[in-house]
Amino acid sequence: MLAFIVRRLIQSVLVMLAVALVGFALFTYVGDPINNMVGQDTSIEDRERLREDLGLNDPFPVQFFRFVVNAAQADFGISYRHGRPVEDLLVERAPATLELSFAAGLFALFVGVPMGIYTALNRRSWLSKVFLTVSLIGVSLPTFLIGILLILVFSVWLGWLPSFGRGETVQFGWWSTGFLTWDGLTALIMPAITLGLFQMTLIMRLVRAEMLEVLRTDYIKFARARGLSARAVNFGHALKNTLVPVITITGLQLGSVIAFAIITETVFQWPGMGLLFIQAIEFVDIPVMAAYLVLVAFLFVLINLIVDLLYFAVDPRLRVGGGGGQGL
Amino acid sequence: MSDPLLSVRDLRVDFPTRRGVLTAVDGVSFDIHPGEILGVVGESGAGKSQTGAAVIGLLEPPGRIAAGDIHLEGQRIDRLSQEQLRKVRGRKIGAVFQDPLTSLNPLYTIGRQLTETIRTHLPLSEAEARDRAVQVLGEVGIPSPADRLDAYPHQFSGGMRQRVVIALALCVNPRLIIADEPTTALDVSIQAQITALLKRLCREHGTAVMLITHDMGVIAETADRVAVLYGGRLAEVGPVDDVVNRPLHPYTEGLMACIPTTHERPPRLAQIEGSMPSLTAMPPGCAFHPRCPHAFDRCAAERPPLFDHPPSAAACWLWAPEGARATERAAS
Repeated sequence: MLAFIVRRLIQSVLVMLAVALVGFALFTYVGDPINNMVGQDTSIEDRERLREDLGLNDPFPVQFFRFVVNAAQADFGISYRHGRPVEDLLVERAPATLELSFAAGLFALFVGVPMGIYTALNRRSWLSKVFLTVSLIGVSLPTFLIGILLILVFSVWLGWLPSFGRGETVQFGWWSTGFLTWDGLTALIMPAITLGLFQMTLIMRLVRAEMLEVLRTDYIKFARARGLSARAVNFGHALKNTLVPVITITGLQLGSVIAFAIITETVFQWPGMGLLFIQAIEFVDIPVMAAYLVLVAFLFVLINLIVDLLYFAVDPRLRVGGGGGQGL
Repeated sequence: MSDPLLSVRDLRVDFPTRRGVLTAVDGVSFDIHPGEILGVVGESGAGKSQTGAAVIGLLEPPGRIAAGDIHLEGQRIDRLSQEQLRKVRGRKIGAVFQDPLTSLNPLYTIGRQLTETIRTHLPLSEAEARDRAVQVLGEVGIPSPADRLDAYPHQFSGGMRQRVVIALALCVNPRLIIADEPTTALDVSIQAQITALLKRLCREHGTAVMLITHDMGVIAETADRVAVLYGGRLAEVGPVDDVVNRPLHPYTEGLMACIPTTHERPPRLAQIEGSMPSLTAMPPGCAFHPRCPHAFDRCAAERPPLFDHPPSAAACWLWAPEGARATERAAS
């Protein structure tokens, strides 16, 4: 187990280095940072001096090494546009994105899993067919369209929910939360649904497919033959076996929820990291872009690691030192 | 003889498909008496497993019992609701399936799976159920059962897992066990152990067994009586000694001739010419007549009923009572 974690950590470091290389390449090859800093009337000598002072004439590996060392200390430089350290901007924006992703993830999980179980157990019911058809729409409609439709219906026509922003937030140290005010919660509903809808339909279809697969296995047939109640068979034996692959996909999807929050945040003008990133692209704010890239990669690596560890908790076959049985 | 424990009459199992209805089991009747081991043999697709599944009420949809009735201890069980049937399954009829590697839920300890089954059917506390689980595991020959209770299925070998499966089938003392190819997936050396174990336990507990297999060797060693199925129909049923040594039905005869012996080695193994007809293309009359060396006109025209020829019975015109055969001779 320990050896496994160490191995995964080494792999994670390698992935992060590769991403850092891409992030660093942005600085080096997209435009000239000196041009972004100085005025048009700066002389060529001054530019060269600045270049030398900033270490931009150093060989590539030296510059990359410097970038990695700084990035490891969460130092991504100063935003061109905001004139403030990038890490401060990210820390300020992170709670909004994380809360939105968390709410979207909960929505996807707590609606998707029961719907998947229902459609697997009642394959022929009309409600299952409705769920499946609707889920097809959820998968095929683009996120921004769903967001705009929701705004049209619930904000413009019905006037029930706010169409943009986070509403009122409460500050806890550096963390600002929208969970504690009514205004913040109502503002969260539509963005969370928009962001989570695709994941929800994905989870539903995944749970359904896995559950149907598990229900066909011999041990489920044997559990029935032992006269266990339908509840014990479906929810005790089948569901637990279904959840093993669902955990992986859900975990990995959590990473993409955070990454794809960009579009939802743009539609709802949600003041999170995604909106920051979109604005950074518009202004070629490379430090912000690079930092966001590295941060998203870091989240993916972290989530992957957690998912792998969760496997150990669920599946006894993976726990080491369980005696000399035959592996499956 | 005592009243039968299980009585199956004219059982028909249909599978409605898009291309018409397939009849997997067609008019099969047999009895199992308390404590008796009935072997059910036949080739793959002969309807052995479907017969077993029908008895225990676990036919895979769209399969269904289309005709006939099944009585257990005088109670009709083929018309029970799922909930009522569930109380029969496990409590009165246990089951052992072919593959011990996939019969156990990999995510739960065997102790949990045992106590769960025991507590579903018997009013015992968790601690009492655990005691019983240890006792049953000991009976099926798991060494130091108390320590193995919290082990997961993957920590057992194939033979040991089949012992656990048998323990699960026997843990609440059912009256009947349906064992569907219980030794097929095991090594030959382990097969004999498991067969002997099953036989011994059923003798001790007075449990009857419906032993479904394609292995005549297992049947000859274990069973009291044999039912031979062919093309979803009963070809012959009788005491094991008679069926093996004095088969009535030409199919059984062919089947016995196919078992190689060690003292005389023929240059080629004997085989029955042709293959079993598929369910979609059942010949009219007797299902076996296209392959039968003794077939005559009537075999192709009319399906033979089961003719009693004590102690056995066979569904073959050769064994029709004199009157029927006389009319046949007169006709030809």
